[in-house]
Amino acid sequence: MSKPSGTTSHYPAQQTVEQVVHRTLSVLVDNEPGVLARVIGLFSGRGYNIDSLTVSETEHEKHLSRITIATTGTPMVIEQIKHQLERLVPVHRVVDLTESGKAMERELALVKVRGKDNSRVEALRLADAFRARVIDATTESFVFELTGKPEKIDQFVVLMQPLGLVEVSRTGICAISRGPEGM
Amino acid sequence: MNKEMTGAEMVIQALLDQGVEHIFGYPGGAVLPIYDALFQQDKLQHILVRHEQGAVHAAEGYSRSSGKIGCVLVTSGPGATNAVTGLVDALMDSIPIVVITGQVPTHLIGNDAFQECDTVGITRPCTKHNYLVKDVKDLPRIIHEAFYVAQNGRPGPVVIDIPKDIQFNKGMYVGPKNIQHKTYRPKLKGDLEKIKQAVELMRHAKKPLFYTGGGVINSGSEASVLLRELVKLSGFPITSTLMGLGAYPAADKQWLGMLGMHGTWEANWAMHDCDVMICIGARFDDRITGRLDAFAPHSKKIHVDIDPSSINKNVKADVGIIGDVAHVLEDMLRLWRTGAVTPDKKALGDWWAQIEKWRARKSLAFKNSKEVIKPQYAIQRLYELTKDMDTYITTEVGQHQMWAAQHYHFQEPRRWMTSGGLGTMGYGLPAAVGVQMAHPKSLVIDIAGEASVQMTMQEMSTAAQYDLPIKIFILNNEYMGMVRQWQELLHGGRYSHSYSEALPDFVKLAEAYRCVGMRCEKPGDLDGVIKEMIKVKKPVIFDCVVDKMENCFPMIPSGRAHNEMLLGDAGVAIEDAITEEGKVMV
Repeated sequence: MSKPSGTTSHYPAQQTVEQVVHRTLSVLVDNEPGVLARVIGLFSGRGYNIDSLTVSETEHEKHLSRITIATTGTPMVIEQIKHQLERLVPVHRVVDLTESGKAMERELALVKVRGKDNSRVEALRLADAFRARVIDATTESFVFELTGKPEKIDQFVVLMQPLGLVEVSRTGICAISRGPEGM
Repeated sequence: MNKEMTGAEMVIQALLDQGVEHIFGYPGGAVLPIYDALFQQDKLQHILVRHEQGAVHAAEGYSRSSGKIGCVLVTSGPGATNAVTGLVDALMDSIPIVVITGQVPTHLIGNDAFQECDTVGITRPCTKHNYLVKDVKDLPRIIHEAFYVAQNGRPGPVVIDIPKDIQFNKGMYVGPKNIQHKTYRPKLKGDLEKIKQAVELMRHAKKPLFYTGGGVINSGSEASVLLRELVKLSGFPITSTLMGLGAYPAADKQWLGMLGMHGTWEANWAMHDCDVMICIGARFDDRITGRLDAFAPHSKKIHVDIDPSSINKNVKADVGIIGDVAHVLEDMLRLWRTGAVTPDKKALGDWWAQIEKWRARKSLAFKNSKEVIKPQYAIQRLYELTKDMDTYITTEVGQHQMWAAQHYHFQEPRRWMTSGGLGTMGYGLPAAVGVQMAHPKSLVIDIAGEASVQMTMQEMSTAAQYDLPIKIFILNNEYMGMVRQWQELLHGGRYSHSYSEALPDFVKLAEAYRCVGMRCEKPGDLDGVIKEMIKVKKPVIFDCVVDKMENCFPMIPSGRAHNEMLLGDAGVAIEDAITEEGKVMV
């Protein structure tokens, strides 16, 4: 759904090829009904991309949730996304984690693999190399739990493919900035 | 004031505490308790409309003409969905209104109950914010918050969805004094460093131009006063969007007229050639910019807006100032007065000489006729005959709206109510009802088209019921004029379904509503009939039969730049003026 140029208007602008950038945004919101729908509706309604989205309550007493959104767009679109998010009434803060130096991003995946004999042994060996944990096992299957950068999980999934990959469930990116400061 | 009462009573009390005097609405099953509470008091006046869309437009007209918040009360399901057009209209034009919708009882939500709809889901992208009340103890806080959210920051519509059981439940009422929104604190003061940069740019400008919008009007009457002062002091020319008309007096010499797709030659050329653009409370809408890559190509742009997302949305601003227009203008004026450098008088003189040349083209001129009423002439006469009176103008959407913007000249803010962003046909009549409620003694005229006005015609009945002497001035060309114009320009003159077939007899229609109907067909009779219309103290439908094929010029063809605009007398083959690329634009 990305737009050809760095504009949100439907009038033709100069067809400059603007660099598309990846950004990870951390959005602090009131944990109230409908807040996630507001955020998602904003992205779909205005034609922005969501590459990954995670949400969970982070401060129970203050009723605060943190939404982590990975998105792509031209710098102008990214700026729009931030301002549009800030405009939502239950949104407290929007922080561009990528802007202030590369943020730490982690994802958790559960990977089910089915196989016998050699492929089973190989799967287990690879899991060990990736520091994945076995959380369920039968005589013909494993479920691995793996955390790490999204690329690491991608790589693990690719390796499991020929060894009998059944299905994958991933949490999406959760991210935090480096250093002592909070958002 | 803390007192136990029912949810329905809380609604009335909270509205009264918020200073609400009038509420537009329509009853139904899910709001009966609130209507019952309304019945048992006499401070809050309810105006019964004929369709919920009309209630919202009336509230918009009420709000825009008075600066107060417009209020609406409708039922669940169809009541809420009928209000949606009005909500989006208010959202696009940044009009502060609070809409209360009834909802089926809490335990039935999600069960596809009778007259149930997901009101908060449907209105989420149609409002600035919305609430579903799930506990009566939250109700007073939510109502007070809604009023705060609607009018602070960039104004907009707020919906409060109240299930019927909540309306019956009892709880403690809390007054507005004890309510503060947890987090929503829009920034009013602009960044002083940025304002300094802006004033520096203005001082060194050779071809400056003020480009102002509805934000000036929304910011309050103080903003218009400050704007006038700054424009006078600087000696710069000024143009405005459709939404901003009236913030600066049209009678003044520095006023260039409206800009944009149907703006004046001088305003659009000045916009194209300027070197410093001072955009105040406007949002670079596509109707203003035309082709973006050829938009004011040699200019440095200063953009003042209370909504950060407006800045750099369509057009990159060189100096973006986030803040309330009045606050920023105040700082600008102070800095302008105290600065050492004065603008280059010679350059400014040359700039004005150039502007006068553009002005001399008289781009709004039209060929008048003795046989048939030209729509522009009708507006001109209406203006001349009402300009010295206490007049408010609303419009529908289309050619008549553009002619009204071009030929009716506004000297004061809040006198001009038109659907700018959404372009809602049927806006003007109910809006006039709202304006007349806010200003019972003033002359309120809806400049209408015969197609638009039929979309909300039933509100004549509302006007009749409440003795609101609104005047519906229909420029009747028997076409959806703007649609016909585009079909002429873009689709080879194939007037697909744009002819107003089977029109009612508007005079008889007025009489059927127990109002007054008038018709005028000859230019010579026009003044007389308009004067008669003004004299009548009842609602009037004025059927002004005008030239059927008149087009609205000047016009920037879609996909073109400001310096490629067409004049009515240009005689160019218009089909050639619009590129293939331009044809897909709206």
